[in-house]
Amino acid sequence: MFSDFMLRAAVAGIGVALVAGPFGTFVVWRRMAYFGDTLAHSALLGVALGFLLEIDPTLAVMAVCLLVAVLLFFLQRQQRLPSDTLLGILSHTALSLGLVTIAFMEKLRIDLLAYLFGDILAVGDKDLVLIYLSAFVALGLLLLLWRPLLAISLHEDLARVEGVPVDLVQLSFSCLLALVVAIMMKVIGLLLITSLFILPAAAVRRVSRSPEQMALFAAIAGVAAVCGGLYGSLQLDTPAGPSIVVAAAGIFAIMQLIPARQ
Amino acid sequence: MSDALLTLESICLVRQGRHILENINCAVHPGEIITLIGPNGAGKTSLLKVALGLVSADSGRVVKSPNLRIGYMPQKLIVERSFPLSVARFMRLTGRYTQTQLQEVLDEVGAGHLFNSSLADLSGGELQRVLLGRALLRRPQLLVLDEPVQGVDVQGQVDLFELIGRIRKRFGCAVLMVSHDLHLVMAATDRVICLNQHICCTGSPAVVQRDEKFLELFGPAILPHLAIYNHDQQHQHDHCPHQGCSCPLGEGKNHVQ
Repeated sequence: MFSDFMLRAAVAGIGVALVAGPFGTFVVWRRMAYFGDTLAHSALLGVALGFLLEIDPTLAVMAVCLLVAVLLFFLQRQQRLPSDTLLGILSHTALSLGLVTIAFMEKLRIDLLAYLFGDILAVGDKDLVLIYLSAFVALGLLLLLWRPLLAISLHEDLARVEGVPVDLVQLSFSCLLALVVAIMMKVIGLLLITSLFILPAAAVRRVSRSPEQMALFAAIAGVAAVCGGLYGSLQLDTPAGPSIVVAAAGIFAIMQLIPARQ
Repeated sequence: MSDALLTLESICLVRQGRHILENINCAVHPGEIITLIGPNGAGKTSLLKVALGLVSADSGRVVKSPNLRIGYMPQKLIVERSFPLSVARFMRLTGRYTQTQLQEVLDEVGAGHLFNSSLADLSGGELQRVLLGRALLRRPQLLVLDEPVQGVDVQGQVDLFELIGRIRKRFGCAVLMVSHDLHLVMAATDRVICLNQHICCTGSPAVVQRDEKFLELFGPAILPHLAIYNHDQQHQHDHCPHQGCSCPLGEGKNHVQ
């Protein structure tokens, strides 16, 4: 009964959820929700540039997100402005720059909503390959960074004294996050990306006893949200991206009813 | 003195055209407990950060003995409630240790019963003990403690200072710490460095508390708070003299106030 495009949508969504879970736990621990938003918003600039320069939009998005991640890393080190101010400036500048650039390209008709809220049903085979390849790389590298990242998340100076290459680890993590944001855009839309980082991780916090457990549970919760959301979207004829987020919010709400462990 | 673990030579740290640290010279020798005291904003934490290499000084240099193992206990560890981390796991974050090693060191600092507790659930005193234990795991030659008794009640403070003294004896490590709690710290330290951007005076607790610069800095109201310790009549003032420095602010100016 499942048509080809539904199957592809589910496979794409599951791939994205599996990688968003573990990354999302760090987004929650390190209070990087706004950082994720900024990366996501700058993705639209990537889309616009992709069309302008006639390169694959997803690759263009990756490039722009990486650039923003590196830029943010160096700007934050200068400490001239508070971090959230800096993020706010970059986030909305990139989003608006993307919208303005798209408006300039009169010949081209871009379905803006597909980028803002995702177009998972239009995922092609090429997208699937890109999603799983990126997810594989991102998760593999995250595994390498896992312990030092935990140490840094707890106390940066303490980690530094204990020999963790803090700057390298942080920069790498930001770049990986940029990569993940780029592949999430197609599935969930750039305005909703942060929710797929935060909701599953927050949902499973109370039942997790270790960081690894929380990452694993978050991935599972994310997959459940994708499946539930897609199913609901098919049944009720609602947009897929927002439906996934609603499903994730539902999971979060239900998890709050479970008494905490320990 | 060549046997020092850590030597600070003419350290200057300037932020926004103001001296945070001005011409700091001092050395930490094996096995000694040195306490940095001084009013708020005196640069105590900055000095620790320079010594640890977390902040680089604008002039002067930090000399460490080769392969110096440092155990660091930060001023405050804020554990997010969203972070599910047990004490045992926290201890192992940047090194590989066996269960026995972890249990031993936790017992040492009186936190053995916390082995499986969640880090976010610990009280202030318990967290300080766990942090101290974590620093000890590295078998440090030098323990750097930034306000180790912060947020701990008075009895807990006394216990912690005693513990630090015991640890020094057992592990033979030097201790460099910052403290606000003058009366308690005086009893638990070999040498006091009185800091207010520059080093005002330094020496054994008994010497420093009769130093006029110490009294100037804290005011005579501090005296009743200091217990009486055995006064060494033969004491020598070994001030770190204020010699001026080569930092971006130019030649050293006179003492601040």
